[in-house]
Order: sequence, then C-alpha cells, then structure tokens
Amino acid sequence: MSDLIKKDASELAGLVASGEVSAVEVAQAHLDRIAAVDRAVHAFLHVDTKGALASAAAVDAKVKAGEKLSVLAGVPLGLKDILATNGLPTTCGSKVLDGWIPPYDATVVTKLREAGIVILGKTNMDEFAMGSSTEHSAFGPTHNPWDLERIPGGSGGGSSACVSSFEAPLAIGTDTGGSIRQPAAVTGSVGVKPTYGGVSRYGIVALASSLDQAGPCARNVLDTAMLHSVIAGHDPMDSTSINSPVPDVIAAAKRADIKGMKVGIVKELGGEGYQAGVRTRFEESVALIESLGAEVVEVSCPSFPAALAAYYLILPSEASSNLAKFDGIRFGNRVGDDGTKSVEQVMSETRAAGFGPEVTRRIILGTYALSAGYYDAYYGQAQKVRTLIKQDFDAAFAKVDVLISPTAPTTAFKIGEKLDDPLAMYLNDVATIPVNMAGLPGMSLPIGLAPEDNLPVGLQIIAPAMADDRLYNVGAAIERELLAKWGGPILGLAPELAGA
Amino acid sequence: MNYDEAISKFDPVLGLEVHVELGTNTKMFCGCSTVFGAPPNTHVCPVCLGLPGALPTLNKIGVESAIRIGLALNCQIAQWCRFARKNYFYPDMPKNFQTSQYDEPIAFEGYLDVEIDTDEGRKTFRVPIERAHMEEDTGKNSHVGGATGRIHGADYSLVDYNRAGIPLIEIVTKPITGTGKYAPEVAKAYVAALRDILRGLGVSDVKMEQGSLRCDVNLSLRETPESKLGTRSETKNVNSLRSVERAVRYEVTRHAARLTAGDSVVQETRHWHEDTGISTSGRIKSDAEDYRYFPEPDLLPIAPSREWVEELRASLPENPAVRRARLVADWGLSEIDMNTVVNSGALDLIVEAVDAGVDPAAARKWWTGELARIANDRGIELEELPVLPSHLKRLEELISAGSLNDKLARQALEGVIAGEGDIDEIVKARGLAVVSDEGPLLAAIDEALAADPAVAETIKSGKLAAAGSVVGAVMKATRGQADAARVRELLFEKLGVSE
Repeated sequence: MSDLIKKDASELAGLVASGEVSAVEVAQAHLDRIAAVDRAVHAFLHVDTKGALASAAAVDAKVKAGEKLSVLAGVPLGLKDILATNGLPTTCGSKVLDGWIPPYDATVVTKLREAGIVILGKTNMDEFAMGSSTEHSAFGPTHNPWDLERIPGGSGGGSSACVSSFEAPLAIGTDTGGSIRQPAAVTGSVGVKPTYGGVSRYGIVALASSLDQAGPCARNVLDTAMLHSVIAGHDPMDSTSINSPVPDVIAAAKRADIKGMKVGIVKELGGEGYQAGVRTRFEESVALIESLGAEVVEVSCPSFPAALAAYYLILPSEASSNLAKFDGIRFGNRVGDDGTKSVEQVMSETRAAGFGPEVTRRIILGTYALSAGYYDAYYGQAQKVRTLIKQDFDAAFAKVDVLISPTAPTTAFKIGEKLDDPLAMYLNDVATIPVNMAGLPGMSLPIGLAPEDNLPVGLQIIAPAMADDRLYNVGAAIERELLAKWGGPILGLAPELAGA
Repeated sequence: MNYDEAISKFDPVLGLEVHVELGTNTKMFCGCSTVFGAPPNTHVCPVCLGLPGALPTLNKIGVESAIRIGLALNCQIAQWCRFARKNYFYPDMPKNFQTSQYDEPIAFEGYLDVEIDTDEGRKTFRVPIERAHMEEDTGKNSHVGGATGRIHGADYSLVDYNRAGIPLIEIVTKPITGTGKYAPEVAKAYVAALRDILRGLGVSDVKMEQGSLRCDVNLSLRETPESKLGTRSETKNVNSLRSVERAVRYEVTRHAARLTAGDSVVQETRHWHEDTGISTSGRIKSDAEDYRYFPEPDLLPIAPSREWVEELRASLPENPAVRRARLVADWGLSEIDMNTVVNSGALDLIVEAVDAGVDPAAARKWWTGELARIANDRGIELEELPVLPSHLKRLEELISAGSLNDKLARQALEGVIAGEGDIDEIVKARGLAVVSDEGPLLAAIDEALAADPAVAETIKSGKLAAAGSVVGAVMKATRGQADAARVRELLFEKLGVSE
C-alpha cells in the first residue's frame, strides 16, 4: 500500500505543486486503493479511472510549465452521485436514473475541475439522498470501514466511507437534514454543511430545494476548509445563491483560537435518547472547550422538538414535486413502453419500477401533505415551525458565538437494524435537521470513540448564517488538542481493511 | 334554439382568460432564445428541459413586462409575491410542474373599459380584471397518425420543447356581468382592446394566429341577473377576434338549448374549432382538480420597489383607446376611417409623419394607399418599408409647390424604397418635375389637336368634358410630367372657351 493514501489533502497538494510527487502517482495510488478495498466498502458507484488520470496528467503538465496551481490541485476526490457530471453517469442511487449521462456539469463540479481536483468517481448514497444509512441505494449498501457490518451513515455514506477508508482524501456530500454531518460522525471524519446559499445548488439533483446544500468532507479540519473554499461562492445560475464574499475558512482553520468565545450547548439536543458513550465524549469536549478559554453556557431552543415532524412534511412536499420529472419520457430508464401503452401508463410503470420503497414513501407523504384541504394543516403548519426554529437560533446566537451538540444520537448501527423502522431511522438526524431548517452552517468533528463499542462519535458545531469560518476556528482548536491527546488522527485507530 | 331566443331567456356571465407570450429575447427562467419557428428542440438547455439538477433564474424583463401590463390594466402591483409550482403530469411539461403564480399574483384588481356599438349608440362596458400573473409556457405536442391530429388514435406523439419556458402572462377577468345580449361583442372588444394595449406596450407581438395571444372563453347562463351563477364551460384555443365573438354566441346558444331541454350544463373544457365554428367536449373539469400548489423554493420572492413601479407607470404609453379617441378628433376622421387605419397597422406610422409636420390626411392617404399596396405586394409589414416621415414631408412640400403631382410623387417613393437616396436626389436623378412652361405644353396641345381634328369643335360646342382626352394625350406625351390643370387652362384659352 502506498503511503500517499494516508496523507492529508494539504500535504498532497504541496507534494504535487513542488513536483516531488506527480498528480498521476497520487491518483493511481488512490485508484489502487479503491481496487483493493472497495469490493468490501462499496463507497463508489462508478470509478472514472481514465478521467481521473487525464485530469491528474493535466495538473502535472501545469506543474511542469510552472503555472500557478490552486490550493488543492492534483488531490483526488470522491463525488456524491447526486451532482451532475458531464459525460459521467449520475444515478442518485436510483434505478430510475440508471444509464443517464448528464450533458452538463454542476457548478460545484466545474469549480472542482477548474481547481485541478481529480475526480476519482461517483460515490454511493441513499436513493435521492433519502436515508441515514446508505442502505436505500438501489445499488446496494456502503459499509463502514470501522466495522463492515455497520452503516457509514447517510445519505452520503459513500462520501464518508471513501474518505475514512483512505480511498480519497476528499469528498463532496450534500446535506438536506444531516447527510454530510451524520456520515462524518459515524465514520470518524470531518464534514461541513455550509450556510444555505453558500455553495451553488446548480446541477445538484434536488431533494428538498429549500434545505439542500453541498459541502466538503475530509479527514481533518484544514483539508475541509480548503475544499470549502474551492466550492463556495455566488453562482448566477442559482437564484438562492448568496451574493456576498465567502468567509475566509482557511484562515479560520489555521487560527484555531477560541479564547474568549461564547459556546452554547443546546439543551434540547442531548440527554435522553442519546447513547451513553456519545454523551461521555460530548461532555469531555465541553470540558476541553472550557479549558481552551471559551465560556460554555446552556441555551434552550424550545421549538427543536417539533423540528423532525416539520422536516418530514417540508422535505417530502418539495421532494414530491422535485421528483415528478423522473417519468422516463426525456431521460433515464423507461419501463413498459411496448408500443401499446399510453404515456400515462408508461410514466406510471417507470416510476413504480424506478423508485425504491423509501422514495415512494416520501413522494406519497409529500403528495398528501400538499393536497388541497390538507395544505394548511401540514405544509403550512410545518413552515410556521420552521419560522419558530429560526427564531430559536436567532435568540441563541444573540447570546453565544457558536452552538454545539452531539452530531448523531448513536454511533454506527448494524446494516439492516433500522431498515424496517423508518421512524427509528429518521431519529438519526434529530440533532442535524434544525440546522437545515434555519439554513445555517454546521460541522461534524470526530471527538473520540464511544467506550462501549469503540466506534466514532461526532461533535456538531453550529454557527450563524455566513459565519462558516467560526466552525473551522472552533473545530480546528478542538482537533489540535485531540490529536495531541490521541497521538495522531483517529482514523489511525480504525482496523486495516482486508485486501489492502 | 338560436342566439336571439337564447339571450331572451337567459342572462350570460362571461369570463376571459388570455395568455400572452411576452416578446422577451430569452425565456422566463433560462437564456434560451424565444424566436418562433426554429427547428424542434433546438432552443433548449438543461433548465428548460427540466434536466435533473438544473435551476431556474428569473428574467427581469419578464417581470418588468408583467408590471407594465398590470399598470396598463389599472391593476395594483404586489409589494411582495412569489412563484408557485403547479404540479401535474404531462409530457409537454419538462418538470411535470409549471412554474406559475398562485395566490400571490404580481398584479391584481384592475379593469379595462371597452366601447361597443349598441342599439342606443356607442356604449362603454367596464371589464373587471382579477389578476395578471407570470408563468412559463409548456412545450408543444404533436400527434402523428390517426385521422384527427389529436392524441386519441395517434400512432405516436412528438414533443417540441422550444416553447417550454417562454414567458407568459395570464390575464384573468372577474365574472363579467351586465352585458346582456352584447356578451359576444363585449368579449371581442375586450380581447381587441387588450391586444392594442399589449401592442402599444411593446411587450408582445400579440399574433393570435401564431399563438402569442391565446384566449379561453368561460361562459355560464343564469335565468336572471339576480339568480346565482350557473355551471360554466371553458372553451379553449379561441384564437382569433372573430372566433371570440362566435364562441360566446355558440356557447350561449348551446347552454340555453341544454337548459331549456331540462339538461344540465357539464363543467368541462371544450375545444373551439375555427373551421366549423363549433366547440366540442374536451376533458371533464372539476373544482376538485388538485395542482398541489406551493411556493417555488428555487426562486426568490419578488418585491418590486415602489419607485420602480412608479417609474414604469410614468413611462407607460397613452392608453390606445384614449389615444384613438384623441386622434379621431384631432384628424377629423370618422370611426370607419379610423378602423381602416388601425386595421392596416399604419396608425403609429401616420402619427410619426404627422408629428414630423405632414398633413394628417396626406399621411393617411400615403400609408393606407400607395405604401400599403407596395407592402402588400411584397408580403412585408408596413414598418419594414424604408419610408421615413421626412420623405413624406418633403414629398408633400413639392406637391403643394406644384413641382410634383401625384403620379410623380409615387415615382419618387418608389425611388426611396429602391434606396436611391432622399426625395430631392431622386427627383433630380429621375428627372421628375411638373412641366408648366407654356412652350412645350402648347406644342403638345397642338399635336394632340392635330391627331384628333374633331375634338376642338366638340369642345367649342360646349362639351367641355371632351377636353379630358386632350389633357390625357398631353400628359402621355410629357410622360406624366405636365401640370394637368395648366394644360386644361391653356387648351381652353387656345380654343377661346371659358369654363
């Protein structure tokens, strides 16, 4: 096994830029790692060997020509299969899109390509990002590198698993209710959901338009910040994109100084329903934060207990409309078109065959919630809850600089354990959902292993809108202390994967 | 049952929904071209094809046009409004939802006054307008095979998405009551007035035959103006002014026949057939049809500033009906003359000429006469002729000075259209000038009299009309350049005849 795969993204970028290592060597090392372990992990749905080596070669040519490179040029990356990639399959983990090759790149993908980041392939996900375990992928589950019988989180389990199994130092995820942060928490990696509007949604297949946000995944805070800086910024192609300067997240990650900051513990996000080991590591983090000179206070967000219910009305409502276009008429899989059936029948059969049970469940839920006569009671009411959640956050941030909570209530559970119990599955995102409802930035940072199962636990850090830099400052400060305490990255404690 | 019988028994209630395609260069939510008639599926992109991941961005000119239309229809303009998704499955809708507006239209609560001829003379009816909202057009299906061109019986269907995403404004009236037997005329006058306003605003080419202005006619009957509203039918694709009038007349008669026979009117969509002048049943429509509207999360709310709205209001062109009345008075025209002017599409051109100092009668004569003929021969629009107000002005000056006559003036215009320069250059180059020198004219008169020896005696005997053939011969001999009145004078002098 090449030791290149264990290196941080920032280090790899330095080696490539200085010419010590070629980007092609770096890409090849990761492609070899994928070939060796991905049969077991199944982080990738498509590996683009040819494309990856070609873009790595292009970076090497620039190095040779002495051209200026962007911060992460030549570093490999796994891309969640929900971002449209010109010429490369984009399935969203669904049979309904099997075989679809987009004719255009998502804005995030364009930015990655322009930055010379090497896209290794497309990572697995719950179908249309609906799920917390990646078990709802139509192409089979992804396995957690810490324990292959466990889930890697979801919906972006492929992205978190490829990072934590050293198949890629970087990945892009999308987070509608926790799909970057919860997978990061259960795989011992770092993931950030930026402020809503901070990263363009153009070319990202929509689940719930008012909640979706793409973000960076990596193995440490600085790498995450660097990737964040590459993909963020205003995009005229996305009306909800914020037209103001991107906070300097890299500088914040390097600052790592929280002396004098005020940190709030959200009373409603913790306690009962949270695994003992998760609580233990969270309480240790609170003590650590205080030891670094920050003041920690408890704040109450009384509307948060209603967030999950409201989320499961808003998300399915928007999704039921967003997913209407998957009818087999213009793109993707078409089922039942034998020349005798009406267009309505073909649309209906395509959708029945193309969507899995969780997607079907949410489309039905959303269709119902938007129906005349029910709209006010469901969608309308949920929007009011959303307003209350925002007000809770506003009140909290009037008192503190950042908020913290455990990212997920438990460590990684066993594959199959919650598959037949949608409500138990939904509870995984109880702490991350309020952040999406308010459009705020949030990070999940590894803070140790739960003593009872030796599986990673994540700390969630939440900042006000467009104050994404605070996440990195706080995260980096905690990370530095923990690395010193552990004597190295937490992923060093993960078991070696067979085949490697 | 005929119309007169129907209308004597029932009171009609009208409702008109007009869809206007805006003349923006690009579509409502993407940068694709809106030009009509391109090969199928060439004006498309990920956004208007509704490809996964694509997002809409708002065309500001579309919003501006919507506000101007709202203002011209005396509407209030929303301080804050949103787009909404109208969800339904249909292959001509790329996303299977239409981005439209629902309970927050950009413009609402307006009216339009229309004038029609009644038994008691011209009368104004106020058509109340409920709303004008923005939305996107759908693609266009064509059904191949089968006898009717409709989906039933077709072998297969083709969809052209060039039209998908073209900005539309939907203008919806409130129920129009109190028209009595004039319902067909009021409906027609409303659509005509709306068309004139939209044309005056320059927001659409309002070509009904190309579908850039489409009208649906809703109609119901009730026994008396005091009765509650009856069941309505919605007749789609009524795509000419004449058809608007005919469709109302047809539906009034059809409803009345059903009601009189004790049948009920079915709430349904009906298709209008331009060729046969009847409507046929389409799909049954019920109020329970559920489009699951909700606010479009991919677009920001629109909050037009009051300053902007007032700026747009101040720059509105004069209301076409008001302007028309003013011009009829200023120019001393009859309503019929004015109709000819408006229908010929020459109104703006005549106004421009008059503004440049041309006599209104002369400007009208040129634009509805010679120039209309030339445009018609060439199959082009009047505006496309390279004739400027300055050309007509100079022409009229030369005519009043007696240096050009009508025939020569027409030749000068031909020169303008052929690109030969300005009027003076053409007159010079083509040698166009009225000949009024006595010498050549007297010689030509002598020649004409010599050619027809009997005519001199005829004129002398008092049959002055016979002078026409001599004048004609002189004009011919001088290739039209003679001053005909002068020729006549000289002829009578020569023969010693007085008029």
